[in-house]
Amino acid sequence: MTNLDYKIIVGLEIHVQLATKTKMFCGCALSFGEDANSRVCPVCIGMPGALPVMNKQAVEFSLLAGLALNCEIPSFTKWDRKSYYYPDLPKNYQISQYDLPLNGTGFIEIPLEDGTSKRIRITRAHLEEDAGKNIHAGDAFSRVDLNRAGTPLLEIVTEPDLSSGTEVRALAIELQRIVRYLGISEADMQKGHMRFEPNINLAITKDGTEYRTPITEVKNLNSFRALQRSVEYEARRQLDEFIDTGKTMVMGNKSTYGWDDNRNVTVLQREKEEAHDYRYFPDPDLVPVEVDEKWLSKIKSRLCELPLQKQKRFVEQFGLSDYDAGVLTADKATAEFFDETVKAGAEAKRVCNLLTQIGLKLANEKNCSVAELGILPKALAKLCVMASEGQISASAAQTILVEMSGGENEPEKIAEEKNLLQKNDTGELEKIVDEVLANNPDAIAEVKAGGKKSKKASGFLMGQIIKATKGSANPQMAAKILSQKLGQ
Amino acid sequence: MSENKIDIARTRQVAKLARLALSEEELSQFSTQLSDILGYIEKLSEVDTESVEPLAHCLPVKNVFREDIVKPSLGTEKALANSPADDDEFFKVPKILDDGSGA
Repeated sequence: MTNLDYKIIVGLEIHVQLATKTKMFCGCALSFGEDANSRVCPVCIGMPGALPVMNKQAVEFSLLAGLALNCEIPSFTKWDRKSYYYPDLPKNYQISQYDLPLNGTGFIEIPLEDGTSKRIRITRAHLEEDAGKNIHAGDAFSRVDLNRAGTPLLEIVTEPDLSSGTEVRALAIELQRIVRYLGISEADMQKGHMRFEPNINLAITKDGTEYRTPITEVKNLNSFRALQRSVEYEARRQLDEFIDTGKTMVMGNKSTYGWDDNRNVTVLQREKEEAHDYRYFPDPDLVPVEVDEKWLSKIKSRLCELPLQKQKRFVEQFGLSDYDAGVLTADKATAEFFDETVKAGAEAKRVCNLLTQIGLKLANEKNCSVAELGILPKALAKLCVMASEGQISASAAQTILVEMSGGENEPEKIAEEKNLLQKNDTGELEKIVDEVLANNPDAIAEVKAGGKKSKKASGFLMGQIIKATKGSANPQMAAKILSQKLGQ
Repeated sequence: MSENKIDIARTRQVAKLARLALSEEELSQFSTQLSDILGYIEKLSEVDTESVEPLAHCLPVKNVFREDIVKPSLGTEKALANSPADDDEFFKVPKILDDGSGA
């Protein structure tokens, strides 16, 4: 048995479809599911003489993403033509950015399972146009739909700083949260709004020598689960291949695999010819973009507190668990709703419990966010205060919350109507306790005798008191009175 | 420039991309020739460009934008009107075997 150890090395190439109304260089509306070739014009189908004009919103969205990803933003950036010959690319080149991208080096913090976070370096994030779609039906022709051609894409490239399938998934989820918080992409993986292409290889240490396995790129990943699994599968496959063949990385032996979601395996698509000659050169049809301080600070003002910052703040400021904080910050509307409720005077942990135990379930049923349930943060805060002050029990608070999601924003009124107010009137409670005690002399004797039976007997008496008040007694108060009466 | 910029491995790679089957002898011959050509072009680097910014565009114009407002598209019928082959929905092209998409 040889001494063999290995590390997984993953870098990501990510395409994020921007949530603009129109395409990158023409006024055609973005499309999903429309009739084939209906959303096209001379610019995006590459008619001779048609000229592209930059969509300002797409440029600003990209810069906003760059700011959120801590990227260096150069003051000068330009467009290049990336040439390749393929039917989904009507012009035979893609307008992209080669040596002067909109966003330079940066980093993204991703949350790890142990509650800490890891910094993944960003190489660059540039803007480009998407290609169309080829459909292979199996007959003598391939069919081309150019509706997608010209859709603005932000291509984000990371350094190979990721070292497991779990980390890759965490980055994907974090990036999705970020772009959704910023409102720059719908980031729906099933719809292809976010496409992840991991580049994977292994650093294997065998008998003291380090080897690198050939890099593979995996395509066709349309869920977070597939993304994570593909990395884990590739790592195992590459390890097996290394043990079988000893094949290591040399320049030029990068290959592309496709993910088969039904079989949970990667399938070899092609061996890549390194230095694919794309013949990049500046696009003479488009003028450069210069970003000055004034414009950039205007875009900066659109930044918000980012999800991971929010999550960490919820843990530190409110003492929530990392898990709960993660659930509450999964989408911006829920996080802000929580924040506002706490600001309106509610105890953070109670709001968190009500939202995670009841609110999210209600939202799920109605297919909306917690913030869209029709509950006002102020009203929820009032409900929490009522529970904290003992006017209602914790379970009554849950019942009332369900009622409130029907649009009724007066928790006191609901509590009264449903007879959920707890009896806090000491005099009245004392009377009830006296009655219960008078009716149960045996139990009193058992409590006083002490030992095993004592606890059970006092539990029984408490039960009788709650029953006598039809559940409206504040249990803490009732327990206090009971123990006083029993001289404990 | 005597430095051999294009070594045998590089030449082999270029030949592969160009779909050329070259013998070892030819590889060595072309490696020398390609290096000589590059060496000749290297002459340009003798020009002092220290204070000259690279030119990205020949016009002194920048930041030409359009607002994100939808304009009418052509629609399928017009889009396909001049295509050599279509099926009223899609452009038809000879069957694609290798997925060479680089996007």
